[in-house]
Amino acid sequence: MIPKVMTNAQLEAAYDVISEGIDAAGAEKQTLFLAKLAFALANLVGDSGQVAEAVEASLRDL
Amino acid sequence: MHLPESEPRSSIYYRYDVHPFRRPPEMSGQASDAAAVVVGAGPIGLVSAINLARFGVRCIVLEQELQVSHGSRALALTRRSMEILQQAGVAAPFLAKGLQWNTGRTFFRGKEVYEMLLPHDPDDRFQPMLNLQQQYIEQYLVEAAQAHPLIDVRWGQKLVGLDQDAEHVTLRVDTPEGEYDLVTDWLVAADGGRSAVRQMMGLRMEGRAYAGGFVIMDIRADLDLPTERLCFFDPDWNPGANVLVHREPEGIWRLDYRVPEGETAEQALEPERAAARIDRILEMVGQKVPWELDWATVYSASTLTLANYVHGRVAFVGDAAHLLPIFGVRGANTGLQDCENLAWKLALVTQGRAPRSLLESYSTERVRAAREICEEAGKSTRFMTPPTQGYRIMRDAVLSFTLSEDFPKDLLHWRTSRPHAYSDSALNSFAAQDGQFAGGIRPGETISNMRLGSDDFLFDHLATGFQLLFFAGALPPRGAAAEMLKVAADMQPRVNRVVIADTPSDWTGLADFVVIDAGGRIARKYAAHDGAGYLVRPDLHVCARWQRFTEAELRHALGVACGTAMEGAI
Ligand SMILES: Cc1cc2nc3c(=O)[nH]c(=O)nc-3n(C[C@H](O)[C@H](O)[C@H](O)COP(=O)(O)OP(=O)(O)OC[C@H]3O[C@@H](n4cnc5c(N)ncnc54)[C@H](O)[C@@H]3O)c2cc1C
Repeated sequence: MIPKVMTNAQLEAAYDVISEGIDAAGAEKQTLFLAKLAFALANLVGDSGQVAEAVEASLRDL
Repeated sequence: MHLPESEPRSSIYYRYDVHPFRRPPEMSGQASDAAAVVVGAGPIGLVSAINLARFGVRCIVLEQELQVSHGSRALALTRRSMEILQQAGVAAPFLAKGLQWNTGRTFFRGKEVYEMLLPHDPDDRFQPMLNLQQQYIEQYLVEAAQAHPLIDVRWGQKLVGLDQDAEHVTLRVDTPEGEYDLVTDWLVAADGGRSAVRQMMGLRMEGRAYAGGFVIMDIRADLDLPTERLCFFDPDWNPGANVLVHREPEGIWRLDYRVPEGETAEQALEPERAAARIDRILEMVGQKVPWELDWATVYSASTLTLANYVHGRVAFVGDAAHLLPIFGVRGANTGLQDCENLAWKLALVTQGRAPRSLLESYSTERVRAAREICEEAGKSTRFMTPPTQGYRIMRDAVLSFTLSEDFPKDLLHWRTSRPHAYSDSALNSFAAQDGQFAGGIRPGETISNMRLGSDDFLFDHLATGFQLLFFAGALPPRGAAAEMLKVAADMQPRVNRVVIADTPSDWTGLADFVVIDAGGRIARKYAAHDGAGYLVRPDLHVCARWQRFTEAELRHALGVACGTAMEGAI
């Protein structure tokens, strides 16, 4: 289980800003945008184990 | 000539009374002596009238129809709304008929992914929510209004024109027997979402309307489910949308779902299509029982408000002032807080006991509340009906996560309507001393109810008007405290003195109601030391509090709350 690190308000703000990012990227480029975003966040997290955990959690229930 | 529908509306469970039109005295040349006219006998107009009458203001209610709401519409009343109805003296039939509840459950791909438990404190008399159809809400309010000697409910009378000058408002009213003019001092516009008053005055609301409609259908069905709010995301027959199920009194169930993309409202309401979907929903809740349809309609979500609720001698309340999404039950619940805020102020102004400027605080406080609600409810609306592809993908990502992860689950919370805090209100005073309190109820917030016995609560004992909660603690009913309470009895407007003491003593002549707080539980909740006081407005919002205070300070705070004294100018 991924620990909850952010407050609800922070999660909501992240939800909004990513939603708007997807819209700004446009339908054609949204996958590229999301891959870049995930990679940049992985670098900011700075922990390969946590990145692997997030990948695994995100693959569930697609 | 206004000819309202005179046949009772049809319903499989509610019997509509058709109220008679009565020719008003103004049509025979008599002048009216009502200080205020309320347009609209919806829930908000009726509670406005009942509250004005409670404060001694004679008023007339104009209603274009001869009967109450068509369909169940505003279904869920919050605890705060029940408290407002209790103060208005009308809560009993609501409790007898309504269904109280506190749990919401959210399902995704057949699995329960989120349980929302609305907080319920043992010190609260009412549960977080009470479900009751709008026909009953209005019926109970009509009964109370018609029984009040200061209220004249006029059925089948439609406002068709209005004109105001510095002194009066002149209303043009159309009736089954023709038109007449009605002159009054104040107009309360409670004429709903399509407000005729708003249109006649050329006022526009600001904010946004969301695309996409929702179907609401009320069915009678013998479902074996508790009173909860059920929410299903992404059902296979309506991908990407959601379905809500609510229990109503009389064996009725509310089904609510997004109109599928590419479908019009008319198509969504086609009987065969609707019937097939009702069956699918019943399948989804696991109980394919027979059903009968009562009422169906389509609505859409908006977050719109007027920028100002008071224009000259006209004050807007309820849907006439703002249109809010029903997610989080904003409609009627927000309106009830409007009329609770307006009534005491308008009463003081009409009685010449407060300046007209007091009404500006109604507008400032409630417009701010509406804007805050628009912001919050906008978030729920964006989750329920993602406005763009980006929001849609993020919503689906969160739903997918909820099947295995907990961290994003609170994004499914429903952000229920709650009392707004008037923290920055011009009616609050002594803010500089507020640091003396380590907690408690801050100026602008509503006071907390307290359990006094098994079926006995603080709010059961509040009289109409301002309240002074005086925390005597161990102080005796003598000396400075007694002097202050004696003087408070003669202040204007009236201050109801509630003394909260550790042990029984003789407070006769000093208190209107005495509470024995043996363990100091109430004092702790209010963070009050012996000798502390809370001055509470008639709508139960705190306007000043002190750990120690003088008669002059109390008088000053009362003046600030009534707009007759300036904050700081003591
Ligand atoms: C179809 C529908 C479904 C809804 N569903 C929900 C829901 O599920 N949950 C929820 O919380 N809210 C819901 N609402 C909103 C809720 O009903 C309103 O928020 C609530 O009724 C507001 O009360 P009100 O008194 O301000 O206005 P209303 O209840 O609209 O009352 C206005 C009254 O004014 C009268 N009137 C209008 N013009 C004139 C005139 N010119 N002269 C005289 N009288 C006039 C009308 O006949 C009416 O009786 C729904 C609304 C609609 C329309």
